[in-house]
Amino acid sequence: MKRVTLALSLALAAGLSAQAADAQTLKTIKDRGTLSCGVSQGLPGFSSPDDKGNWTGIDVDVCRAIAAAVFNDPTKVKFVSLSAKDRFTALQSGEIDVLSRNTTWTISRDTSLGANFTGVTYYDGQGFMVKKSLKVNSALELNSASVCVQTGTTTELNLADYFKANNMKYEVIAFGTIDEAVKAYESGRCDVFTDDSSGLYATRLKLTSPADHVVLPEIISKEPLGPMVRHGDDQWFDIVKWTLFAMVTAEELGITQKNVDEMVKSDKPELKRVLGTDGNLGEQLGLTKDWVIRIVKAVGNYGESFDRNVGAGSPLKIARGVNALWTKGGLQYAPPIR
Amino acid sequence: MGVEARKPPPQIALKVRRALGGKAGWNGVAVQLVFGAILAWMAYEIISNARTNLETQHIAAGFGFLQNSASFDVNQTLISYSASDTYFRVFLVGVLNTLLVSVIGIFFATVIGFVVALCRLSPNWLLSRVGGLYVEAIRNLPLLFQILFWYLAVLAALPSPRQSVSVLGAFFLNNRGVIVPSALGQPGLVPFLAALALGLVASLALRSYAKRALFGQGRVIRIWPYVLILLVGLPLATILAFGPPVTFELPQLKGFNFAGGTRIIPELVALTVGLSTYTAAFIAEIVRAGILSVHKGQMEAGSSLGLSRGATLRLIVVPQAMRVIVPPLTNQYLNLTKNSSLAVAIGYPDLVSVFAGTALSQTGQAIEIIAMTMGVYLLTSLVTSAIMSVYGWRISRSLGA
Repeated sequence: MKRVTLALSLALAAGLSAQAADAQTLKTIKDRGTLSCGVSQGLPGFSSPDDKGNWTGIDVDVCRAIAAAVFNDPTKVKFVSLSAKDRFTALQSGEIDVLSRNTTWTISRDTSLGANFTGVTYYDGQGFMVKKSLKVNSALELNSASVCVQTGTTTELNLADYFKANNMKYEVIAFGTIDEAVKAYESGRCDVFTDDSSGLYATRLKLTSPADHVVLPEIISKEPLGPMVRHGDDQWFDIVKWTLFAMVTAEELGITQKNVDEMVKSDKPELKRVLGTDGNLGEQLGLTKDWVIRIVKAVGNYGESFDRNVGAGSPLKIARGVNALWTKGGLQYAPPIR
Repeated sequence: MGVEARKPPPQIALKVRRALGGKAGWNGVAVQLVFGAILAWMAYEIISNARTNLETQHIAAGFGFLQNSASFDVNQTLISYSASDTYFRVFLVGVLNTLLVSVIGIFFATVIGFVVALCRLSPNWLLSRVGGLYVEAIRNLPLLFQILFWYLAVLAALPSPRQSVSVLGAFFLNNRGVIVPSALGQPGLVPFLAALALGLVASLALRSYAKRALFGQGRVIRIWPYVLILLVGLPLATILAFGPPVTFELPQLKGFNFAGGTRIIPELVALTVGLSTYTAAFIAEIVRAGILSVHKGQMEAGSSLGLSRGATLRLIVVPQAMRVIVPPLTNQYLNLTKNSSLAVAIGYPDLVSVFAGTALSQTGQAIEIIAMTMGVYLLTSLVTSAIMSVYGWRISRSLGA
């Protein structure tokens, strides 16, 4: 039982270590030689392994970017796949250094778990998927439906809120992992499968006949997904936070995986600051001057990562929408690197 | 005037010395006390250190969260529950669901186990091979796999609610479970139940009276006509006097699912079937071993008295075998209860799924929740063992062993 093991190791870590709030994450990682990164159990576009065991996805890219910034090698990551309900315990107990697992940022998670969200990798919202044969066009027609959901998620809570607010009855069947929930939905145990809408599109691809299922238009919640780190190590918090900001900034400035070597030669002051030819912003973070170059070379800028994993260049083909840069009417915005 | 017996010297100090010190005497007692103190100090350190560390990391601690509203739903609750109820209520819902599946599972596992064991011991070639095949096939496959099989394979074979299999228009079977008419209590319910209880108590009293008459005075009393009147006639009379005790509400298809009626969810069925068939394979072997441990002379003695094979087993062999069967049977009951935590794989809302799963990840209070969950399993197991110990003790006593 993984959960019991995790809880025990948390109890031991908290009970036996003299200083659990240990501000040495960066040093620990460097000594160990790998970054330990908590990811999902397989959600295409966000974090999923291929048949050779290589992980890809937008959440995986965050891990690789951090590894690139620390080691100059995006492969030095140990991916730990976690179910929704095990993820926080794994972070609290120190089994992982960063949790990058399509996790929704909420106030209660930010304040009571002993961990902090560092930013938003993907702005999502919860939706519903049903079989086309049910001829349902709106979530408001779902009264008395059976709904399959993954347990331990904000999804489960929003579901209760939504049906209560709209005075509808429903039956919830909560499964330990997303695969079990999808299997039950496919076998007809539920009328509806609910998840973040990006997850719905990803799940639909895995079904035997994706064309028989439809995602309903309603988005019933805000789901800002982002990485999390433990409390008590501000330097590590800064590194994870600014790695994501560096990817967004690179897109703003037009720095791509291909042209980064050209850009380094530029004498525009902003490019020089970001790429480390001027100043020592990277060293102040505890990294090297060329940290942004390392990140962009490893995973590209935010837009490139988005396209490759969930956008036009991927099977999911999700539009940028609210995840476009703020300059293009979206919400992705990074504070200035200066 | 008799001579007063001399009072024995105070023995408490001696008893303490013997219990704690053993052969080492008072030195041993001192060592034990020091050891106990060290253990207590370590426990105190671990707990207080954990508290400080959780506090410095701003991880919420303590049991205050139990009063917060849970805001998620559960699909099978034995007590009324809604999303606005507290986490403590979720805990109770989970405990009851776990107990429900354990009790049903234990009942069926025992019945199937005994039947399979008797099959295996049967002189009938086919029956004994079928029994053997059952045991070997079931106990050698992983339990989780079996539960998933019962859930997914059986579920896939069932129709959707709109194409339900209907029996008499009142019972429906589909992939949402079995829907049966639900009983609604009427004013006649209380007198009906009272009459039933009265009839039951009176019948039992009558039986023990007849038994005493048989063993004490050798009189045979025919009691069944009276029992029939007490158990059937009396309740019938109250129905005539006070009206029917319950009316039935028929389930009807509305929208996606049935409204009205009571539904047994497929998760419960799959889990109970999986747990009871699996545990039954082990129980069958225990029962077989128990029966074989009774000397075959007992069986022969039964035959020579002219008893049938069934009567010999029931009256002579099984009561003696129970002494051997009960302790390992208790183990199987405990295993079944603990294995019910596999429920999470098929979405049955047991304690581990709703409390150590959902509630844990919504609150993040792993230490408290896992400790409470472990406490429940420990308590359930201890209570089960205690009941079985009492039962075993009564058997031993009645056998005069």
